[in-house]
This record gives sequence, C-alpha cells and structure tokens, in this order.
Amino acid sequence: MAAPLLDVQHLTVSFGGPSPAVDDVSFQIAAGETLGVVGESGSGKSVTAFSILRLLQPPGRVTGGKVIFEGRDLLTLSESEMRDVRGARISLIFQEPMTALNPVMRVGDQIAEALTVHGRSRAEAQARAVELLDAVRISDAARRARDYPHQLSGGMRQRAMIAIALACHPPLIIADEPTTALDVTIQAQVLDLLRELKTRFNLALLLITHDFGVIAEMADRVAVMYRGRLVEEGPVRAILRDPQHEYTQSLLAAVPGMAKPGGGAR
Amino acid sequence: MALLDVAGLTKHFVRKPGLFGKTSVVKAVDDVTFSIDEGEMFGLVGESGSGKSTTGRCILRLMEPTSGQVRFKGEDVLAFSRERMRQARRDMQIVFQDPYSSLNPRMRVRDIVEEPLVIHSLGSRDERRARVSQLFELVGLEPAHLERYPHEFSGGQRQRIGIARALALNPAFVIADEAVSALDVSIQAQVVKLLLDLQAQLTLTYLFIAHDLRLVEHICGRVAVMYRGRIVEMGNTKAIFAQPTHPYTKALLSAIPVLDPDAPRTRIELDPASFDHAASLKPVGGGHWAAV
Repeated sequence: MAAPLLDVQHLTVSFGGPSPAVDDVSFQIAAGETLGVVGESGSGKSVTAFSILRLLQPPGRVTGGKVIFEGRDLLTLSESEMRDVRGARISLIFQEPMTALNPVMRVGDQIAEALTVHGRSRAEAQARAVELLDAVRISDAARRARDYPHQLSGGMRQRAMIAIALACHPPLIIADEPTTALDVTIQAQVLDLLRELKTRFNLALLLITHDFGVIAEMADRVAVMYRGRLVEEGPVRAILRDPQHEYTQSLLAAVPGMAKPGGGAR
Repeated sequence: MALLDVAGLTKHFVRKPGLFGKTSVVKAVDDVTFSIDEGEMFGLVGESGSGKSTTGRCILRLMEPTSGQVRFKGEDVLAFSRERMRQARRDMQIVFQDPYSSLNPRMRVRDIVEEPLVIHSLGSRDERRARVSQLFELVGLEPAHLERYPHEFSGGQRQRIGIARALALNPAFVIADEAVSALDVSIQAQVVKLLLDLQAQLTLTYLFIAHDLRLVEHICGRVAVMYRGRIVEMGNTKAIFAQPTHPYTKALLSAIPVLDPDAPRTRIELDPASFDHAASLKPVGGGHWAAV
C-alpha cells in the first residue's frame, strides 16, 4: 500500500493542565478516504484537528508526536510554509458557518480570496468562485456570489464554506462538526453534497462529529476518542456492529431509538 | 380527560417594514390544535422556525398568542388575570434548552431551586430548605453541592438543576423545550431517563419539544409534527414512524441518519409545491391524522 496521505503519530497536546488534552494519538488517512473521528465534548477531537493545521491557540501546545502529510512533518514547517499548506493542501470546514464567514464580505469575494492568497489572479479567482458555488449546488451562483453571508440560509452558508474549502482542490479536508448546527433535512443535503464532491475530486475527509448516524452515512473508518485518547479504531461496519471498547459500546447504546449493536431495538 | 387542550392557537408577528417595504405578517403559529392527556409525554417536533417553541411559550403565556384557546384542567388559561396566571404557573412549568444561559450565574444553586418557593411564599425557611435538599436528591444531585454556583456543574448537572427548579412547586405539567438538545448523547440518555422516572414517580404530564426525531420516537407515545407554524401530522408515534403520510413528515424521517452503513438510503426531497399548506388535519388511520 502507498504511503498514507496523512499520518499522525503519537500526537500529544497539552493546555498546561495535569493531563494532556490529546494523549498519544495516532491514525492515518489514505487518499480519497473518509476517517470519522467521534467523541463527546472535551474528548480532544477538535483539538486534534486544530493541531494538524497548527491552529491551536495558546496555552494549547503540541508537546509530542508527528503529523506527516505528503511526506513532510507539518509540525516542523515554518509558519510561511504552513500557510502554503492551509487552504491549498488541507482545508477546514467549521460547525458554525455564520462565525466562520466574514460578515462584511461578499460570499464570492471570500471564495476568490482563498484563491488569490494562493497565487491566482483576481479575475480568474472571481470566475472560479462562481463555478465553485455552482459545484456546491447553489442555484443562480453568479447572483449569489454577490450576496453577503446573512442573506444566505444556514444550509447555503455551509455550502459556501464548502466552496471555500474546495477552492484550491486540496487532497484533504478537515470537517469539524460540519452539519451539527443544521436541521436534519438540511444536514442530509449537505452530507449528500460532501459525498458527491468526495467522489468527484477524490477528496480525503477527516470528519469530526459526535453523531454516530453521520459516521455511519459518511465514514470508511472510525476513530473513537475519549478523554484525549483514541480508544478504538477500525472499519465503520466493524465498529458499529461489534464495538470492542466499553466506551464505544456505551456511546452507541446511548444513541436514542437506535438498534443496539448486535441487533434488537431499544 | 385531557389535562391540556389547545385549540386554534395562533401567534402572528408583524414584521416592521424597511424603508420601502410593506408590512408583512409572519404566522409563527398558525391554527394549532392538540390535546394532552394526564400522565402523557406528548412530543412536538419540527425544524428551526417551525413554531414549536413559540407554541410552548404561548401555552404558558410567556408570550401572548394572537388568538386561539388554551384550556388547562378545563380552565381557560388565556382569560386568566395576571394574578391568576401567576398562580397557574405553579402547575405549569418549563425546562429550557440551554442550561448555561437559563440559570443565573450569580446565584447559588440552592437559591436558584428555592426561588420559585420564595416567589409563591410557600413554607417557612426551614421547610423550603428541606424541600430543596429533597429536590436535589430527586434529580440525582449531591445535596452537598447546594452551596455551589452554576459554573461549577457540567451541562448535564445544570439541566438537572433546571429540572429541580421546575419541579419545586410540584407542577402537574412540564414543558421540556429542547431540554436535552444541547447535551452529549450519553448525558442526554441520563437526563431523558430522569424525566421518565420523574414522570412515573410524580405523575407528570409533559409537552416534549424537540427537533431530534430519534429521541421522540423513543420516549413519546404521541407526537405532532410542525412545519411552518402548522401541525401537518399528528398521532400515535409508532403509526407515524411506520407510515408517515404528509410529504413533510416523509422528507423529515428520510433525512435521519441511519446507524447501519449498509442500509439503503432513500432520501425523499420535500417539494413545497406538492401539497396544500392550508390543508387541515384529516384522519388517515387509527389515532393518526395528517394535513393532506
């Protein structure tokens, strides 16, 4: 098998507290693969994602481990080298599109900015922005490009953010609870879109969520985090049908109204 | 006999016009009718903006409805005087979604739970204190933690404090407005179990407002589905989940992620042009109505 696209090795992150927020976490993602990282609040899943992109805010600090991406350890890159990775090679989709988007900048300009930052001309970037809005199935893309974020619905904003993430054709997208703030019908549309785009652009996806339903719909493999540690990892079917770790079992049992692993309705 | 009877409940908001705009009316709740039997857990589901929380608030008159009727234990709640309404609230309580913003951060939790008793001048100081300790135990919190402030508790514990406060006056009816939506799934399961235990123990009647259909399917005997201010389908939870009839309910149920990666995905997209938004509920089966 070829080298994985992303190879996180023994990542440890501390916020200065007695126990690390992320504790010796290792996982890999192959090109085109979706790894779902699941866990409850405070389990360290978002901190892991932010550490990969070196976006941790102090006092958070990576105290150990490696993040090998396309053959380089991201943790050893200079800040300017890192800027060439963010957005161009790995991009990030947040939970709350209203706070992640710039409220006083037109949506099309925000997508174009992602391109001009990485060296495209302004005119080219503007044209491409409309194409991207079209690709994320926003109808009437040319007109919508001139809208401000508050003029879009929640689902459309999340699509616009996906368009920004896609702008430079990165091989890896990190999506941190991308549908958590959305209504279930809109969530279904956004998940369908992500699935379609993944195939079309051969994207790898690091999908962070607390919802096992979203994992079941999207992920090839699953990593379960609990108190900063990765307690179980494996193919999605194996984890959902036959979870080995006690914590994974309790998490699955708590999903309301769902069939318990091993069959039988609650 | 129904404990709560809601008939033709309507709440309109008038949108103030912009510089050249026309005044428009938003029908947040539009001719909503349902009733809840004593001891029942009745689910009210819908997506953001469907009017489910506004319905709850109008029932308690935390917001005045535009028109309609609310009868509680046979009495016309909307005709109550201010003072009579204050009395009635002893019997009708609400637990809110966000345990972070619904508890006063500067009050000790003892005082938060005791406050309703003080407002209604119930009992002596000692009796109130004893009641607060009892409530704390009832919702599964350590009485030793009574002197603490809300920030010293986790989300699930705070929601228990909110429940203890709601139960302080021994109400017959509790509205749980997205009461577990902000909690992690394992904590959510614990708080739901607490709500069910309390229901059995205290013969409570709930209006359980939620957007999570998986949760509602699990705990509510009957459910009403709201879409754009109107109830589009109502009845026995099992019947609705087995045989959703309204196009919106169908779309909503088909959008729920399924825990089985191999389950066939048959998403039904909602076409708002495919149904009559003004249709009223008609029986479509035993204890099952849909606006089709």
